[in-house]
Amino acid sequence: MTDVFIVSDNIITSLGFSTGENASNMTAGITGIRLISDESLSPDPFYVSLVDTDRLRGTFSQILDPEEFTRFEQMAILSIKAAVAATKIDFSGERTLFILSTTKGNIDLLGKNTGKNDPGLYLWHTAKRLGDFFRFRINPLVISNACTSGLQAVITGSRLIRAGYYDNVVINGTDIISEFVVSGFSSFKSLSTGPCRPFDSTRDGLSLGEGSGTIILTNNKGASKQTFRIRVGMGFSGNDANHISGPSRTGEGLFLVTDRVMKNSPSMPDFISAHGTGTLYNDEMEAIALTRAGLQNIPVNSFKGYWGHTLGAAGVIELAMCVHSMNNNVLFPTKGFREPGLENKLNVIDRVIKTEVNACLKTASGFGGCNSALYLFKT
Amino acid sequence: MTGYYITGYCIIRNNEASVNGKPVFSAHGKNTREFFTDLYKFLDSDYPKFHKMDNLCKLGFLSSELILKKNGVRTIFSGSDTGVILANSSSSLDTDRMHQVTIINRAAYFPSPAVFVYTLPNIVIGEICIRNKITGEGSFFIQEKLNPVFLTDYIRCLLDCEIINRCIAGWLQVDGDDCDAMMCLIEKTDKPISGFVNFEPSVIRDIYNLRI
Amino acid sequence: MEKLVQTLKEEIIEALNLVEMVPEDINEEAPLFVDGLGLDSIDALELTVLLEKKYGIKIKTAEEGKKILYSVKSMADCIIAGGKAWD
Repeated sequence: MTDVFIVSDNIITSLGFSTGENASNMTAGITGIRLISDESLSPDPFYVSLVDTDRLRGTFSQILDPEEFTRFEQMAILSIKAAVAATKIDFSGERTLFILSTTKGNIDLLGKNTGKNDPGLYLWHTAKRLGDFFRFRINPLVISNACTSGLQAVITGSRLIRAGYYDNVVINGTDIISEFVVSGFSSFKSLSTGPCRPFDSTRDGLSLGEGSGTIILTNNKGASKQTFRIRVGMGFSGNDANHISGPSRTGEGLFLVTDRVMKNSPSMPDFISAHGTGTLYNDEMEAIALTRAGLQNIPVNSFKGYWGHTLGAAGVIELAMCVHSMNNNVLFPTKGFREPGLENKLNVIDRVIKTEVNACLKTASGFGGCNSALYLFKT
Repeated sequence: MTGYYITGYCIIRNNEASVNGKPVFSAHGKNTREFFTDLYKFLDSDYPKFHKMDNLCKLGFLSSELILKKNGVRTIFSGSDTGVILANSSSSLDTDRMHQVTIINRAAYFPSPAVFVYTLPNIVIGEICIRNKITGEGSFFIQEKLNPVFLTDYIRCLLDCEIINRCIAGWLQVDGDDCDAMMCLIEKTDKPISGFVNFEPSVIRDIYNLRI
Repeated sequence: MEKLVQTLKEEIIEALNLVEMVPEDINEEAPLFVDGLGLDSIDALELTVLLEKKYGIKIKTAEEGKKILYSVKSMADCIIAGGKAWD
């Protein structure tokens, strides 16, 4: 079977415009989640992780006119450009597919004067604009599977390469903070009263975040300028078949997918990058599912305390940081976690650990009862 | 010989519904919402949660009932070996606009969780999974128009790798009054039974282009 | 009180899309969230929106919400008391 490798990545969040810059800030224990008072986003102040607008415009204006592109597009283009530039691959042919992972795309346009039928509201249109900019020949694919979108995009891309349809898949996950999304999560009473605290005893909700992440998959071993050795293992998705918004009390879907991934993987992971939103029910659901899958003792973290829940971008951004962990043999703590607060105990990582990291399990869960899990390992 | 076959399909558009090429229901002169309610009553599904769904989910639910019900009895495909792979071109934009209305005016700022939860296209996968206790693969793709080659390639890939043994697949479009659904049940079976249709892009295209 | 209870029942049916129900199907003393109407967590959130939108009542904590949204009667009591949970 064809091997699939992750050969390049980039992430743009409140903590920086590259995976390395994000990692440095994380190592220093910094969070990008802040209390924001902005009437255009919410009537009440709230905790959120925002990409620095001046820096975004400044960086973007070095290549293109920021007036011609939306905030969403600016972030996505910068992230894709950085990841593409770090490889030697020629992406112009028909053997490259571009996948955009997002929940809401340019949803902020809905509240602007451009009207209800702005073509920018259509996700395929947004993907096409990005794809055209990079001259990807094949019509792009958009995956919109709520908060599992990013991870599911990587799983889908790796399957298409293995099946022989493509040699390279460029995956970008982007979501921005908008009044639309903030008001919705607020109506769900799921926003935290401080920066989110995944798996902590005092956790009381999630913090939203925005960002863009890019991961490039290829079957070509010599594709990167750097030495690389991260292989994409098996990944699956599955549904709770229980409720469209509430996490399953038995962790059914997440258990099924992690169990299936582990049965198809060569060894136990050295750590698990969990979804870990910081809501009461999500985190407990994950603990139940991981315990059922026999993974309760594996070191586990959540990255959401650093840059919040980036929704459709989360799977890509967080997977890129998993790759960084593996390449640099370092495990990051769960920012915001202080004392265990789960009925089913997990081995939550609470400090920076330098250790051999050869394999990783990444999971995600979202509205609609969807769950995804993917295994990465070094060759 | 083991092969992949389309063992059932349906079309819903222009206030009409057909199953396996045969018209089964129509209700002209109704708006989309009323038509969905009438079709729901016709199907006798006894599932009050239907009324809480947004139009995209109603369309997906009704389509799945149409292809899974044979002689009034719903075939049960519970478990993780059934996948639900859907696509459209407008995501959940129809409901996105409804949510936007609830937040446009600060003096009447009442975002509704029952509306917001439907502002994701994959919720319809969840609704179909809950109804049928399906716990298998699910994905929602957004494409400019139905792409039979991609859908067939991807679903074949899932079947070939034995990730699933059958798949509910379709195109579910709701954008204002633009309502258009095509849904198929694809199964891996050992022997072709007469009347079963080969699972190929050209067949998917033909089904989608059927006139009711 | 009786009129308020009747109005609330109608508003609940409308807000939660309980299309196949009429006000008489709801017993105002019975718990809303145990079996009965088959309501879920989204319905609970939707009822808090209803109370705020129509009656200006803001539910601040989950505990308070549980008391106020226990039954149609407890909701009516809360409205009459001007937003306070009735123990």
